[in-house]
Amino acid sequence: MTTAKEAILARVRGAVTDLAAPMGARGETPWVDQASAGVAETVELFVENVVDYKAEVVRVGPDGVGAAVAAALTAYGVQSVVVPDGTDPGWTAAIPEGVRQVSDDALSAAALDSIDAVVTSSAVGIATTGTIVLDHGPGQGRRALSLVPDVHVCVVAADAVVHDVPEAVSRLHPQAGMPRPLTWISGPSATSDIELDRVEGVHGPRTLHVILVER
Amino acid sequence: MSAVPTSAGMPVPGPVQETTPTFVGMPKFPYAARSALRNTQQRRNLAHATEVIRAKRAKVVAEVPRWEELRQAGADAKDELLGHLADYLVQAEEALTRGGAVVHWARDAAEANQIVVDLVKAIGTDEVVKVKSMATQEIELNEALEAEGIHAWETDLAELIVQLGHDRPSHILVPAIHRNRSEIREIFRREMGLVGRPAPDDLTDEPRRLAEAARLHLREKFLRAKVAISGANFLVAETGTLVVVESEGNGRMCLTLPETLISVVGIEKVLPTWQDLGTFLQLLPRSSTGERMNPYTSMWSGVHEGDGPQNVHVVLIDNGRTHVLADPVGREALRCIRCSACLNTCPVYERAGGHAYGSVYPGPIGSILNPQLRGTASDVDRSLPFASTLCGACFEACPMRIDIPKLLVHLRAKVVDAKGRNNAEGRAMAAGAWLFADARRLERAQKGSVLAGKVLGNRQPPPLPGAMGMWLGARDIPDLPAQTFRQWWDAREGGRS
Repeated sequence: MTTAKEAILARVRGAVTDLAAPMGARGETPWVDQASAGVAETVELFVENVVDYKAEVVRVGPDGVGAAVAAALTAYGVQSVVVPDGTDPGWTAAIPEGVRQVSDDALSAAALDSIDAVVTSSAVGIATTGTIVLDHGPGQGRRALSLVPDVHVCVVAADAVVHDVPEAVSRLHPQAGMPRPLTWISGPSATSDIELDRVEGVHGPRTLHVILVER
Repeated sequence: MSAVPTSAGMPVPGPVQETTPTFVGMPKFPYAARSALRNTQQRRNLAHATEVIRAKRAKVVAEVPRWEELRQAGADAKDELLGHLADYLVQAEEALTRGGAVVHWARDAAEANQIVVDLVKAIGTDEVVKVKSMATQEIELNEALEAEGIHAWETDLAELIVQLGHDRPSHILVPAIHRNRSEIREIFRREMGLVGRPAPDDLTDEPRRLAEAARLHLREKFLRAKVAISGANFLVAETGTLVVVESEGNGRMCLTLPETLISVVGIEKVLPTWQDLGTFLQLLPRSSTGERMNPYTSMWSGVHEGDGPQNVHVVLIDNGRTHVLADPVGREALRCIRCSACLNTCPVYERAGGHAYGSVYPGPIGSILNPQLRGTASDVDRSLPFASTLCGACFEACPMRIDIPKLLVHLRAKVVDAKGRNNAEGRAMAAGAWLFADARRLERAQKGSVLAGKVLGNRQPPPLPGAMGMWLGARDIPDLPAQTFRQWWDAREGGRS
């Protein structure tokens, strides 16, 4: 008896016998993008597009992250925050006493649901789209951490901001043997399902607060 | 099952199903559209929504100076895929398996549904959470699960509205596009409490409040679900990476929290290389929701230790796609990435709405996909290639450069050929052919029409009975001319040839 796989592959092969081009005949995968006018312009465009999604953006120097994290958590009235393994200790040093810091000891989804906020770093930023990509490496936590709490404070290094999507894709190529999951985030959770009016805030974090670190 | 010969003469099986159970007995498009056109509330909702989305798309597409090159790159990637689909599928399966996913293959809807039902039953749960997925709608998976006592909770806001409203989706991207905010409020108030956490007592029709009601209603389901079911926007053959593009975070919840994840993926969803995502992640969001980028995109390559589902399954489905692939003209419909730009720009869709197309794929893309996936055995599928004015707006909007008008004409020819000649249209065409075959015959007929024009003046001809009368009922005939072209030419040029 032929398996479904054999049957489908036989049908697929039989369906394209009129085509002669060899596999890969198109050559290198096309790379169509917009050129950057310069590093400073790319970072400005990134900020402009992130703000356009109704995310908050604050810009700090390398020593300003701790104070900016503390200020954000205070501003949103956060009482508890989950801090992923591998987070720079300087980023959490200024968090006020009254805010409970929780580390990720395989917290259940329900436990995460009772935590107000998360602080993460990020892998790549994209200027033309205002996107931040997490590869869930050290300091970024597993995917649930940046999903269930309602406030996401995300630290982005200005020198990790690329101009357009193809460059980001290239940088994020999964490593053979240890591919990481990726989460691309463009503003807070949103929907356009009601009369195509955009509303910010559905299931993901309703507040996205970006701390951009510039040298 | 019919068989179509390929150029090499090797038969490829015909469409695997004639229509899905939900749409059996669906009337042909003109009849279904007529009742939709009388629904003035729906027409207002659709006109508003499609106008908003067209403007958003136009704005963000204009921001990309090399948009035409992007479209070409997207079309080229899919053509590369389709030309070598078997090899890329094998490559994708190998990469997925290396990553720890289990790959299943399904020839048709019944086989796919059985695989999913068996997997869910083996877990021993009676509910699943679902990410919006066209493939699972196409195979009517929710109905198959319900038949086995398994509740499938749709978690996308629009799908939730459709499910709670006991309704059918009418748009690929925004399935509840035919509903306005006050209708949605009524559905939430009436239905949410019957299947979980009720809507707040003071719920208004403000979109922000409606979205919040959905957040509260679904959260308990996300937190307790053991199994999630998704589709995929892309499956990268090179890396075995699955990609889901979404807005609300319901996708991330489903793809991250449950222990088991089952993704149902059409075989044409594969991309050859990782770098192809650089093209498709520009084309899809701008064409679809009219955003520079959708809020959330999730990518996973099998099982990631300590992060997300540890039991990952992928069901690759054919369900008629190989039949589409076997048609050298029709196969470019398989480039479709389900963005719905063609729906939003189509004057017919905007007025008739999605339900009249009798399928989960409405609009221009539905008019070319359904008759190929399902064949043309049913009234509605035979009528779909004609549900268009051939204005070409869909081709202009399509990020994959699918020449939808060309395919519509191609499918019209197939439908007419299958009908044979012994009918009103066939006889009219035969008469036309006889007339045009001889110059003197044509000249005499044209002189006759001038005479008729003198009799009628500028009045329309009287109504005719039968099929011809129906055809004329929807059209105005131009005034008959006072002289034929030949008479005019003779008078002007003195018969010089």
